[in-house]
Amino acid sequence: MNPIGLLARLGRLALAVMASFGRVALFALQTASHILRPPYYPRELGVALLNIGWLSLPVVGLTAIFTGGALALQIYAGGARFNAEAVVPQIVAIGMVRELGPVLVGLMIAARVTSSIAAEIATMKVTEQIDALVTLSTHPMKYLTAPRVLAALITVPLLVGIGDIIGIMGGYTVATQNLGFNAAAYLKNTVDFLETRDVVSSLVKGAVFGVIAAVMGCYYGMNSGRGAQGVGRATKGSVEAAAVLILAANFVLTGVFFSI
Amino acid sequence: MIRMENVHKAFGDNRVLQGMNLEVPRGTSMVIIGGSGTGKSVALKCVLGLIKPDSGTIYVDGKDAAGTSDRDAFLARFGMLFQGGALFDSLPVWQNVAFRLLRGSLKRPVDEARAIAIEKLRRVGLKPEVADRFPAELSGGMQKRVGLARAIAAEPEIIFFDEPTTGLDPIMAGVINELIREIVTEMGATAMTITHDMTSVRAIADNVAMLHGGVIQWTGPVSEMDHSGDPYLDQFIHGRAEGPIEAVR
Ligand SMILES: Nc1ncnc2c1ncn2[C@@H]1O[C@H](COP(=O)(O)OP(=O)(O)O)[C@@H](O)[C@H]1O
Ligand SMILES: [Mg+2]
Repeated sequence: MNPIGLLARLGRLALAVMASFGRVALFALQTASHILRPPYYPRELGVALLNIGWLSLPVVGLTAIFTGGALALQIYAGGARFNAEAVVPQIVAIGMVRELGPVLVGLMIAARVTSSIAAEIATMKVTEQIDALVTLSTHPMKYLTAPRVLAALITVPLLVGIGDIIGIMGGYTVATQNLGFNAAAYLKNTVDFLETRDVVSSLVKGAVFGVIAAVMGCYYGMNSGRGAQGVGRATKGSVEAAAVLILAANFVLTGVFFSI
Repeated sequence: MIRMENVHKAFGDNRVLQGMNLEVPRGTSMVIIGGSGTGKSVALKCVLGLIKPDSGTIYVDGKDAAGTSDRDAFLARFGMLFQGGALFDSLPVWQNVAFRLLRGSLKRPVDEARAIAIEKLRRVGLKPEVADRFPAELSGGMQKRVGLARAIAAEPEIIFFDEPTTGLDPIMAGVINELIREIVTEMGATAMTITHDMTSVRAIADNVAMLHGGVIQWTGPVSEMDHSGDPYLDQFIHGRAEGPIEAVR
């Protein structure tokens, strides 16, 4: 292929990528404005809080406890190579709170919440329920998108906080039961070592990842194609996009919080 | 009054409406007939603004519908029965029917909204027990009737019915035809109904319009339908396989 043609194709691709970023950003801004302006739908918000927050607890807890335990084993083994086994509590704490807690919870939310939001809204779209909402004088974004995104913004940071604690407890259990650490000293080391900035960064990441997960689910659902195939594509696309954006946002936020 | 002027709509290279003109006077019942896939549902959605026409204008009471600043007030005048029912499957039947009465500008107390919902369900031939079931637990014909109850719940001035009797048994179809006729004569509503059922057409219509090839092929009072001399309309009314309308489309 000639270089001009290749350049043109690259240019078109870049433009398409930028255009879809623009559409998602616009969608997120519209959602924000719908969250702030009445009418509000408290019942919808309640259901979303339950679905996104409360019902995600088991999967978040299980993910965190196994990860914390594995982390303790790895750090102990790795640390032993240069006689630094004692750092297990500190590194488990920092690893869970700064990185693994928010990222794993974010990805679990993408798997659990983004997919279900996208599939539900896409099904509503293909069965004309979204059109029906409009004819009943109810704005679909206000009724469907705003409560879900608000609920994710509220609950995902809490889930991350809980995941951090459970992860640390997983490490603690492995360290005290299998690796011979003293229980009281483990906890004291953990608490002494963690800084406010670590915890704040964890919760901020949770809030950002929660918003990304909910917005991508709603965006793909609302823009679903027709038929069962449309619903399938929307669901798949939403989870891919949410997961990649969460990892990218994690990189950026880690830079913002810890590179100085 | 509703007037569609030279409305065009294409999806990609599928040219659906190609200059549709139609006038529905206030307080009358217009029935749109035409082969499946000719764009009848699309036409109704254009009037409601759910689909944006590529060109042409739609007037409601003399004002351009696309230019309305207050969408909520505009839509509050309409009720729509969707072809597939389009019930909200996360809500029980009565909350579907009373959807408009439970929120927004037409909000009523919950007890009152529920009572109205049950009364509307009765009018479409559904027992009060159905009220607390979920749409997925109902048969197709029952879902259709719940959709109909929802469309008329807030007693709108203009009501669109997209295939109200498709999938109903003949007796229930008769009940629904009578109901639509009543809504127009007693409540003075303006109705646009899409149907394939010629019995329905005769029971409901003041005027009939036939959509074919993206335009209104024939329109006139229902009394003139049988001797229009239009070969397309004749073929459709009598359900003949032979005629100007191709059977393979
Ligand atoms: N949202 C849409 N996107 C793409 N094509 C559509 C859409 N809605 C309708 N169509 C197409 O428009 C044509 C007319 O559809 P419709 O109005 O539903 O027919 P009918 O007269 O049976 O109600 C069909 O070919 C259909 O595939
Ligand atoms: Mg149709």
